[in-house]
Amino acid sequence: MKIIVLVKHVPDAQLDRHLSGEDNTTDRADSILSELDEYALEAALQLIEARGGAKAGNQVIALSMGPAGAVNAIKKSLQIGATEGVHLRDDALAGSDAAATSFALAAAVRHLGADSPVDLVLTGMASTDGETSLVPAQLAERLDLPQVTFASELEVDGGRVIARRDSDTHYDTIEATLPAVVSVTDQINEPRFPNFKGIIAAKRKTITTLTLAEIGVDPTQVGKAGSWTTVQTAAARPPRTAGTIITDEGDAGIKLVEFLAAQKLL
Amino acid sequence: MAKVLVFIDNPGQALKKSSLELLTIARSLGDTAVAVNGPLNDDVAGAFGANGATTIFRPSSDDLDAYLVGPKAAYLAGAVAASGATTVLLENSFDGKEIAARLGIKLGAGVITDVVAVDPDGTAHKSVLAGSYTTTAKATTAVSVLTVKPNSVTPEPAAAAASPEVLTVEVPESASAGAARITGRKDKPASGRPDLAEARIVVAGGRGVDGDFGPVEELADALGAAVGASRAATDAGWIGHDAQVGQTGKTVSPQLYISAGISGAIQQKAGMQTAKVIVAVNKDAESPVFEIADFGIIGDLFQVLPQATEEIKKRKG
Repeated sequence: MKIIVLVKHVPDAQLDRHLSGEDNTTDRADSILSELDEYALEAALQLIEARGGAKAGNQVIALSMGPAGAVNAIKKSLQIGATEGVHLRDDALAGSDAAATSFALAAAVRHLGADSPVDLVLTGMASTDGETSLVPAQLAERLDLPQVTFASELEVDGGRVIARRDSDTHYDTIEATLPAVVSVTDQINEPRFPNFKGIIAAKRKTITTLTLAEIGVDPTQVGKAGSWTTVQTAAARPPRTAGTIITDEGDAGIKLVEFLAAQKLL
Repeated sequence: MAKVLVFIDNPGQALKKSSLELLTIARSLGDTAVAVNGPLNDDVAGAFGANGATTIFRPSSDDLDAYLVGPKAAYLAGAVAASGATTVLLENSFDGKEIAARLGIKLGAGVITDVVAVDPDGTAHKSVLAGSYTTTAKATTAVSVLTVKPNSVTPEPAAAAASPEVLTVEVPESASAGAARITGRKDKPASGRPDLAEARIVVAGGRGVDGDFGPVEELADALGAAVGASRAATDAGWIGHDAQVGQTGKTVSPQLYISAGISGAIQQKAGMQTAKVIVAVNKDAESPVFEIADFGIIGDLFQVLPQATEEIKKRKG
């Protein structure tokens, strides 16, 4: 089985995050592997482990598009268990919106499937920076593959993928034929941590760097030039300031209600 | 006049508040057409007219619900062509965002999610990085596709009702070829509480509830509020994942957010940042949540919440 897992290097959501520069792009200092991508990686590893793992010729390729630092997300993925890494890196990619990102990633997926076909493209439910959830669906549209997204359970059997997708009002069972683009939620599994053996093994794994020219993409089709949306202004939300803080002296519940009444919130 | 298309998926017996909000925004931008999927009853058709829709599109196919996302995007692409719309509005649900995503590729149109307001020139306003920035963004393409968060405007009917004509949009058979099929559906039991993403008031519990959401739920019911939870509480299995607010859960922008037993780490603050008024109850005076609370109570939620619930019931008689 050949699985591509899309991994993104994003600013750590546990820290304060910033937009910077004239074009209001995300400041990528203090970045890590997007937490939500760990679920996709874990799902991929479970699928190949059930089929004899890497020894049986199964592949989990961690593919990341991003500047130089993005290689760290790939390295972390290799430590966790991905069998190889691919870094799509080109200055012309800077400032890509979801449409341009999906264009570049679709070309990279086609490139990686040229020698042997890809069975699954696995992704997280969103990046923890952009948080749009657009890329998996746009990738499926561009590759003309079935889209099985927001999976909270996943099974691959006999050339078919079967998933559970939850909405607020119901649970759906989704089925599609392989190859497919699948995104998974943070409910699907408990991602593993890299262990010592994995960290050592990762040093021997291959990371291939691809440029736009190598995947046949014209630089004007991606980056700011190839994007269909533009961020015009960005303003930091004024920090909220603390209001009244009281210590309960036996009547705080009543004081709470008095506060709500004064704010006309009852 | 600019033409705007609003997608309403399965309106059912009556239009949801979030649908009325989309129609209200659409009217502020131009001449409104609606693309419906699923059965359309007379009351709903009437409500579209009352909200100023001049055209109602329906798909030639009645099995779009048998597939995930793709064929609905193909239908909408047809409706955009038939209406000449330059702006398409959808709801900001998982389905709404993904239909928008694929529609964007089909039309070569920019997609903007999580929109809270749209200017007449098409500029969209949204929050990013978990509410720490507000931005304006715009599609640079002929058509823009926007998914709009609930509670973004107050829904209002049109000054003058329209009598919309109903037109059918042909959905090509190829639209469902190779699409993922929905082969089973199980309904979740209804809670009777307002929808978390749309609720005016949210009462949320965290690690501090220590397995007992009773006081949180009782206060929520006294206020007619939705129940939310931090990730720690949903991961512990104390309450369903549907209740999770914050980065990997739902983003909420209620009038009032009451947090109980939530310390207010950055990711938790992210879930409440865009609320108008924040009330926090926590035993630990050092909790970061008190830095952003409009009204904070250092105290035991198992004392404070039930007392507040009683007081509300007394006042409401």
